Amino acid sequence: MRADEIKKADKQIAAGRGTTTRGLPTFIPQVDIYEDKKAITVLADMPGVDKEGVSIDLKEDQLTIDGKVAIPEEKGTLLHKEYEIGNYFRQFTLSDVIDREKISAKMADGVLTLTLPKVEKAAAKKIEVKAG
Amino acid sequence: MAIIRWRDPMDPFADLGSLRSAIDQVFGDFMGRSSMPRTYPGVYPLLNITENDDSLCMKAELPGIDPKQIDITSTADSITLRGERKVPPVSEEVNYHQREREFGTFRRVISLPTRIDTDKIKASYRNGVLTIDLPKAEEAKPKQIDIKTS
Repeated sequence: MRADEIKKADKQIAAGRGTTTRGLPTFIPQVDIYEDKKAITVLADMPGVDKEGVSIDLKEDQLTIDGKVAIPEEKGTLLHKEYEIGNYFRQFTLSDVIDREKISAKMADGVLTLTLPKVEKAAAKKIEVKAG
Repeated sequence: MAIIRWRDPMDPFADLGSLRSAIDQVFGDFMGRSSMPRTYPGVYPLLNITENDDSLCMKAELPGIDPKQIDITSTADSITLRGERKVPPVSEEVNYHQREREFGTFRRVISLPTRIDTDKIKASYRNGVLTIDLPKAEEAKPKQIDIKTS
């Protein structure tokens, strides 16, 4: 397997995001999204991004994940390069109604865990029909 | 009725497009690049390696791995990375919308361009990036040679 082949398969450039002024590309993070009765959970791989570098935005039903990579101090000359360092960006449209107040996010070991709790539906109310 | 692509019987270049893709395929295979979609082998650590006078520095992107699951062994001129990215426990009642992240075991052996001091290797794991510092063996370090004038 050749190095350039692996690189192509691994990181996809986010179209339309261009490069930053520092010349960093923007990649689409790989995600897992699953749903249970209470919430939707999004897991996104963003290696190199620390807690401070992540911003999550929810406008209307559009969820935006933005990860700014912490640029490591490079010392010495590059001998071998298989991966590019860059920022991460991805947007999703949510289909369910999300309880904005209870959204929680955690960043650990380069993986973002985003929990989007669904709005609790009001208990079904039975309407009695009165005989007139 | 079957639909057949129209082609101009008088146009001598009509077949060039398909000829070109056939050539690309032959040469692509020959050069080790297949035009067929590649099956991605689960987790595979991609490496960047830098060098300075005293050491080599190897970095690998391995997000979401317990550092205890990474096994690094080395000889004087090679290093082996081994580990597993485990699927996190998720209750069975969930419904997946997207599943793009890869899990599984990996093993990679890298032969190094210089001899290293295996006793002084240091590894750290931060924000999903594994950094391995490989100090060069004394005999592999560059030495300044003074020229004596008589």
